[in-house]
Amino acid sequence: MSVDLATVKRVARLARIAVSEEEAERMMGELNGILGFVEQLSEVNVDGVEPMTSVTPMEMKKRTDAVTDGSKADDIVANAPNSDRNFFLVPKVVE
Amino acid sequence: MTDLTSLTIAEARAKLAAKEITAVELTDAYIGAIDAANEAINAYVAVTPDRAREMAKASDARIAAGKAGALEGIPLGIKDLFGTEGVHTQACSHILDGFAPRYESTVTQNLWNDGAVMLGKLNMDEFAMGSSNETSYYGAVKNPWRAKGSNMDLVPGGSSGGSAAAVAAHLCAGATATDTGGSIRQPAAFTGTVGIKPTYGRCSRWGVVAFASSLDQAGPIARDVRDAAILLKSMASVDTKDTTSVDLPVPDYEASIGKSIKGMKIGIPREYRVDGMPEEIEALWKQGIAWLKEAGAEIVDITLPHTKYALPAYYIVAPAEASSNLARYDGVRYGLRVDGKDIVEMYEKTRAAGFGQEVKRRIMIGTYVLSAGYYDAYYLRAQKVRTLIKRDFELAFHAGVDAILTPATPSSAFGIADEDLASDPVKMYLNDIFTVTVNMAGLPGIAVPGGLDHKGLPLGLQLIGKPFEEETLFKTAHVIEQAAGRFTPTKWW
Repeated sequence: MSVDLATVKRVARLARIAVSEEEAERMMGELNGILGFVEQLSEVNVDGVEPMTSVTPMEMKKRTDAVTDGSKADDIVANAPNSDRNFFLVPKVVE
Repeated sequence: MTDLTSLTIAEARAKLAAKEITAVELTDAYIGAIDAANEAINAYVAVTPDRAREMAKASDARIAAGKAGALEGIPLGIKDLFGTEGVHTQACSHILDGFAPRYESTVTQNLWNDGAVMLGKLNMDEFAMGSSNETSYYGAVKNPWRAKGSNMDLVPGGSSGGSAAAVAAHLCAGATATDTGGSIRQPAAFTGTVGIKPTYGRCSRWGVVAFASSLDQAGPIARDVRDAAILLKSMASVDTKDTTSVDLPVPDYEASIGKSIKGMKIGIPREYRVDGMPEEIEALWKQGIAWLKEAGAEIVDITLPHTKYALPAYYIVAPAEASSNLARYDGVRYGLRVDGKDIVEMYEKTRAAGFGQEVKRRIMIGTYVLSAGYYDAYYLRAQKVRTLIKRDFELAFHAGVDAILTPATPSSAFGIADEDLASDPVKMYLNDIFTVTVNMAGLPGIAVPGGLDHKGLPLGLQLIGKPFEEETLFKTAHVIEQAAGRFTPTKWW
């Protein structure tokens, strides 16, 4: 499988990365190079093989359903590029 | 008096305990070495001398009070991927500009609890994506090694290139690193240092910037096998904050150094003989086999038939997980923001300006293989192939093999800005051909120097072990180290 320019732009949009026309062109070549490389997986017989979900056979650990953390609003917004009274500020999203 | 920075961790530990040196003296020696060398090597992206001296002073007080920890007063470098409270933690990416977390990663907290001293944060490929350290926002790291009679700058490998270079150039006593596809072992091999990627689940991933969560694992890079064992003992723990952290006590890895490997079965996988591999690598591998045989190990040929599919499967699984993990960098909660006319444009501009080319490439691949209609053909198939790769190893171990010996890399260190590699991303990916299988199967792997090539550059051997049998790797790697010797670069900086 290979990708065309329109697909590259669509994927960039899905990934929320702005790309220029030239970048999209360059990426198309690179992505097709990588997709060509991974293409060899299609020759492996995977009939009846379970997909790996956990590399170590283990039960996921569960903890008691209790509040163990919190009251750290100042810490949480400390690194925000734009915040006001413990809120993150973003461009207007609701008209 | 000998240069304090030439001491291994074990040697410094003995001198500190005997009160022949102080932790402050040792730390000052490293800060001096960093000041003198970092402009040339570019191993550190942030140096924390004040904090280091404070920590060293506290170490001296604890030593005086007879309360020294396992790493008391030992100055370490920390890969920029580890969250360190109040200190530069940017995964060497522009998108994390100015980020200093309000928390400490479990691995680094374990080190500080044992008395270690932080010298600063180490350079790396952006978000650990790379095999040459050239994708860092902070520029390439120079390998302390140069070819005989040449002054050409070489890469230290990646992604933990800053860690490996700092250890090799004696700019820290040891370093933390992480390994998703070979990022500890390949740079260790390129710099003549020892690096171990422990079993998945051995070191907590909590507080470490995520790349590909099912593959990422922290481990140390050190000057010798003993130091690597000392560091891993402190880094590893059982952590309730990481649900993939395994409930197994951490053994005393150092105790396995010097133990006999007599009667051990070492597997030699025929699939690791790849086309175009330099003869020197083949010769090194044979030499490694001979050393282990001499030490009483039994050598058996094994087959790992799905080896060649590990790298292509990796380049689906890792980008898929990365595209998901890196979705959080949107200019809202931390790091860089580039304003736009609406929120979507703000996201798109921020991510376009914040991520480097290699990271964008991988996010794009990951987004594509996870997008509607392609999931089964790519991601699901890759995860099935991953099951087969793991099964290959299980069959070998089931047949009685205790550890597997392979070369660590298909070449020695290459030049910075190599045109051939820069023009084709897949060629760069092939650097991890011997290491990536180990991440796909979640196994432990150690890279240990085996010798120098005709250019005088270090080459490494890799040992792969059963899950949670890092002790086997330490004792076997120590046998190789005893036979091969240790390698230090000639200072040019």
